[in-house]
Amino acid sequence: MTEPLLEVKDLTVHFPTEDGLVKAVDGISFSLEPGETLGVVGESGSGKSVSFLTVMGLIRSDQAVITGEVFFQGQDLLKLPVEEMRNIRGARISMIFQDPMTSLHPYYKVGTQISEAVRTHQKVSKQEAHDQAVEMLRKVGIPKPDERAKQYPHEFSGGMRQRAMIAMALSLNPDLLIADEPTTALDVTVQAQILDLIDRLKQEFNAAVVIITHDLGVVAEHCDTIQVMYAGKAVEFGDRHDIYYGSHHPYTWGLLRSIARLDADSNERLHPIKGLPPSLINVPPGCAFHPRCPYVMDICRTETPALLPSDGHHAAACHLSLADKERILKEEVMSRS
Amino acid sequence: MGRYLIRRTLFMILVLFIVSLFTFIIFMKLPAGDPARRLAGSRATTPQELETIRHNIGLDEPLLVQYGRFAKGLIPWPGLFLNKQVYFSWANNVPVSEEIYSRLPYTITLSLGAAAVFLLVGIPIGIVSAIKRRSFVDRAGMVFALIGVSAPVFWLAYLMLYFFWFKLAWLPGIGVPPGESMVKSIALGRFILPWLALAFTFAAFYTRMIRGNLLETMSEDYIRTARAKGLSERRVIFKHGLRAALTPVVTMFGLDVATLLGGAVITETVFNIPGIGQYTLLSIFGGNFPGVMGVTVLAAFFIVIANLLVDVVYAFLDPRVRYT
Repeated sequence: MTEPLLEVKDLTVHFPTEDGLVKAVDGISFSLEPGETLGVVGESGSGKSVSFLTVMGLIRSDQAVITGEVFFQGQDLLKLPVEEMRNIRGARISMIFQDPMTSLHPYYKVGTQISEAVRTHQKVSKQEAHDQAVEMLRKVGIPKPDERAKQYPHEFSGGMRQRAMIAMALSLNPDLLIADEPTTALDVTVQAQILDLIDRLKQEFNAAVVIITHDLGVVAEHCDTIQVMYAGKAVEFGDRHDIYYGSHHPYTWGLLRSIARLDADSNERLHPIKGLPPSLINVPPGCAFHPRCPYVMDICRTETPALLPSDGHHAAACHLSLADKERILKEEVMSRS
Repeated sequence: MGRYLIRRTLFMILVLFIVSLFTFIIFMKLPAGDPARRLAGSRATTPQELETIRHNIGLDEPLLVQYGRFAKGLIPWPGLFLNKQVYFSWANNVPVSEEIYSRLPYTITLSLGAAAVFLLVGIPIGIVSAIKRRSFVDRAGMVFALIGVSAPVFWLAYLMLYFFWFKLAWLPGIGVPPGESMVKSIALGRFILPWLALAFTFAAFYTRMIRGNLLETMSEDYIRTARAKGLSERRVIFKHGLRAALTPVVTMFGLDVATLLGGAVITETVFNIPGIGQYTLLSIFGGNFPGVMGVTVLAAFFIVIANLLVDVVYAFLDPRVRYT
């Protein structure tokens, strides 16, 4: 096996607040191979964004209590000095964000914002950086890129801005692109375009990609492996097929059932997961999902289930027996399709 | 742009017209009593004397004719503008234009100096307070700001005079001798205490505003983007943060300077600086309507001009703003 590009070991990110300790990320481990696409799925507040902001070094130890290890190409990013981390950030790992309307600086031209990223990490002239920025805008499918580069973000549509963000993120040919809810703020018609674009550029730039989303439906076609997060923990991990057709966790089942389907009977209602995500200050004891779980057992209230692989790669953190999981999956979850 | 400026200019003229009309009505009609009697002051006056005063300054004419004479004197045209037949001080016959021209340099010196002081103090303290939030520097800065916005100028001015002039004798006290050149007055430090006293409240206000703006900006998504690009924190703050945080300050600054140019009444009075503000006060107390009219319209003129300038400048600073 090759060395993983990114290997996160037992990462915890806890924010001390006046109300108590917010356990935003509470012990997650995963790894990512070069060129792989990982989908990270969970509700708001499940710790998915926080864990990757920590990987980026955008949440640092002066803001939160961070433990664990984040190996990127063999280096533990959490132990790197600020300066060295800055050289990696934006160049070897880059990130795009949820809301392209607010993620670009309103007072600077789009081309300038991209060439600034280039000039931060490469010793090139302004003109060369500008040319690179235009070239990147062309690659992300923006028409008339040389004219567009001279425009301001407010002259771009939402989809175009997200393309510009992607251009900025890929301008230094990073090994890892983290896309934090890249399509959430966009029109449905544009969402697929952006995800296809990420797919295509991933091939072209040979980068690994992490797509963070709350919508299992969005990542279905685009991810090799999927990690489902709940209350700061990974509750299920597997490849795309494992998650969509053989999920072993009641929370994932809930997410699957809540995907709106075109082929469903129009009278059929959506099935939201009952209840609300738990407070990250008072996380329920045992399995954090147990107050909302329809299959809850006594053991779930006291003992935290480990994320155990059931068959090789695929792992789920749930106390239900494998037989029960298979039965429920067959009878209740997949029966819809 | 051209059409925009024409429309704005017409609007400015309308505003100034309304200001002059209201000034006239408020002075002539609203207070109980007779302008002529107010002008005569406490002197014992006979009805004949009052009648003479009235006739001399045109108070016996119909109201509209009176306003018309004053309005005509506001038209910026040689021979009309602040003409001496109408715009002269009722008390001592000195033309209002002469008063304004001789006093304006003092007010300009006072205002611009104070503006420089409060920017030079307010911006750095505001920035440092925002960057080092909750640090000792921030707390000290905020205590300074609290004192600054709470301390009245007249109190602060006397306090400063007491310590720096009376006790320590570091700086000159009040007053500017007539005939002394402006350069000499400045060189002798006559303006230092007035600048500081006038700037103190503004500095405190700007400190808080800049701190608040910068803190708000630093939590924006595009700041996170800037950090994600791998920019140094210094560049994130000074290139991306300040650019957005300081732009709204331009508006405030323009209007504040314009207000000061209209006369810093209290500061000029306490330090006995012969500026526009002092003349405003003298005119009001002396029942000198032409003076009141002149300085009021002048102050309004500074405000509307500053408004226009600020809007034009803003369109250069913020690409989202266009002239419409």
